[in-house]
Amino acid sequence: MPATLLVVGEVADGTLTRLSAEMATLAESLAEAAGGRAIGLVVDAEPAAAATELAGFMASVEAVTAPQTSGESWAPYALAEVERAVDAGVTHVFAGVTAEGRDLAGLIVGRLGWGLLANAEAVTWSGTGPMVEATVLGGKAITRSVFTGESGVITVRTGSVEAEAAASPGTIEARDAVGTPSLPAVRVLERVAEAGAEASLEDARSVVVGGRGIGGPEGFGLVEELAGLLGGVVGATRASVDAGWIAYARQIGQTGKIVKPALYLGLGVSGAMQHRVGMQAADAIVAVNKDPDAPIAEIADLFVVGDLFEVGPALAAELRARHGG
Amino acid sequence: MQILVLTKPVPDPAAGSERLGPDFRLDRGASPAVVNGNDEYALEAALQLVEAHGGEVAILTMAPANAPETMRKALAMGAQRGILVTDPALAGADIPTTIRVLAAAAGRETFDLLLAGLDTSDGTSGAVAAGVALRLGLPLLSSAGAIEPNPDAATVRVHRLSATGYDVVEGPMPAVISCTQALGAPRYPSLKGIMAARSREIATLGLADLGADLAPGDGVWSTRVEAAEPPPARAAGRVVTGPATDAAREIADFLADRRLI
Repeated sequence: MPATLLVVGEVADGTLTRLSAEMATLAESLAEAAGGRAIGLVVDAEPAAAATELAGFMASVEAVTAPQTSGESWAPYALAEVERAVDAGVTHVFAGVTAEGRDLAGLIVGRLGWGLLANAEAVTWSGTGPMVEATVLGGKAITRSVFTGESGVITVRTGSVEAEAAASPGTIEARDAVGTPSLPAVRVLERVAEAGAEASLEDARSVVVGGRGIGGPEGFGLVEELAGLLGGVVGATRASVDAGWIAYARQIGQTGKIVKPALYLGLGVSGAMQHRVGMQAADAIVAVNKDPDAPIAEIADLFVVGDLFEVGPALAAELRARHGG
Repeated sequence: MQILVLTKPVPDPAAGSERLGPDFRLDRGASPAVVNGNDEYALEAALQLVEAHGGEVAILTMAPANAPETMRKALAMGAQRGILVTDPALAGADIPTTIRVLAAAAGRETFDLLLAGLDTSDGTSGAVAAGVALRLGLPLLSSAGAIEPNPDAATVRVHRLSATGYDVVEGPMPAVISCTQALGAPRYPSLKGIMAARSREIATLGLADLGADLAPGDGVWSTRVEAAEPPPARAAGRVVTGPATDAAREIADFLADRRLI
């Protein structure tokens, strides 16, 4: 059976997510190594724009119009289309490590009984199937795993590869959703936006994080200012979320988001294990903490021992000066 | 309301002594076990719901035979009874098998809500709740930050956390809900709860009790770990002390060197 890799794209605010584009590049390179093919799938009430974007990264994309997804949970509709693709020969499904992607992966595994390799940070083609690299046990080990059968589901983290545009745009096959969801409908009654939650932590190139040392909600003003100057996004530790200073959506760590930015800047972050699990893969780690023994010093590339309320504003002034005022 | 909560014993992430065995499977003897963190949020939410609406909370666990030690902690928080699925043939079980077995065990129970943690700190697939919902044919309400059942209408509303806030979603009961930390901190067991937990029932089931062919008979799982190694060590960083303006300049230089500004 020739390998046929299906990338399930995700749409946010009408556009394709960065993670989806990365998965497209990843799947195309794997398909080439496998001598197989890769297909993109966008299931949405209005899939056209995102499908066009996805076709910028891969040769073949299906744009499935599912009007119900504007008012109901997306994953059951996506499952129906994945099942159709599997009937047509798909051997491996790639979904993102996002709330929707993980739900979809679970539905596929529940339905098809396929194996699941979760949280891929890198994927190579090894012999007859994909080999998936993932960090496990809170960063204590990196494993490489394979499927023992000819098919499987892989959930992919942001940053597995750099998205690379295809030489020429791929073809798009547009059609209406045909599958019937397997589960009772979950209706979306309202979508509520919370202040400060607009930007995606996982997609951010720079993340500026306020920990317990930030002292209160007003301390996040400084965090936001620095994030703005660095073109980054605000993150938080569990301590600042538990204290009620900032929304849970901003939390990085074991029970929050896992991020892999080019820059992590931590202000008043001690570096508890629960937090490190979510950020230790950052390319560069800078931390400011008045406690010279804070555990984050063990992993920081640059560790400033000092008062964040002095160093932070000084850094803001320095960045402004270098930006040319 | 009858609420069933999936709870899994996991190595205590705070102990920091988790390790893989020679077969690259988790060495469950290397660390003290605790109830998975996200499952505790699910359990706390379940306890609050039965406090408000009446009813009973039961916990369902698939784990090695020593799991009752950890399950007692969940019972001490207030769950009324436990169901443990344990079988030597399930050691190292993969995700599809875990889903099949938990769904088969849950399918023997009557419940209005089945709650599970969003993911587990050892498995981290975050796929099990969805898979169980699929197998049971029940609606999936995921990433819950708030749970509001309406028993009269037999519906449940959930604040499903999204990238930008949350969606208010509604489905019919019985339903499966995956639970996040945003539901609120779990309670500490009271002394009374700890005493009561000692006599609460933990029913034990094996694969044979669940009937169907749930696990592959040949012991070959759908996935296999081929290699494991420690992550690359981060090179020792530079420590900066001194006046804030100097430190700020050092940070800016570091960022400029790395083309981050």
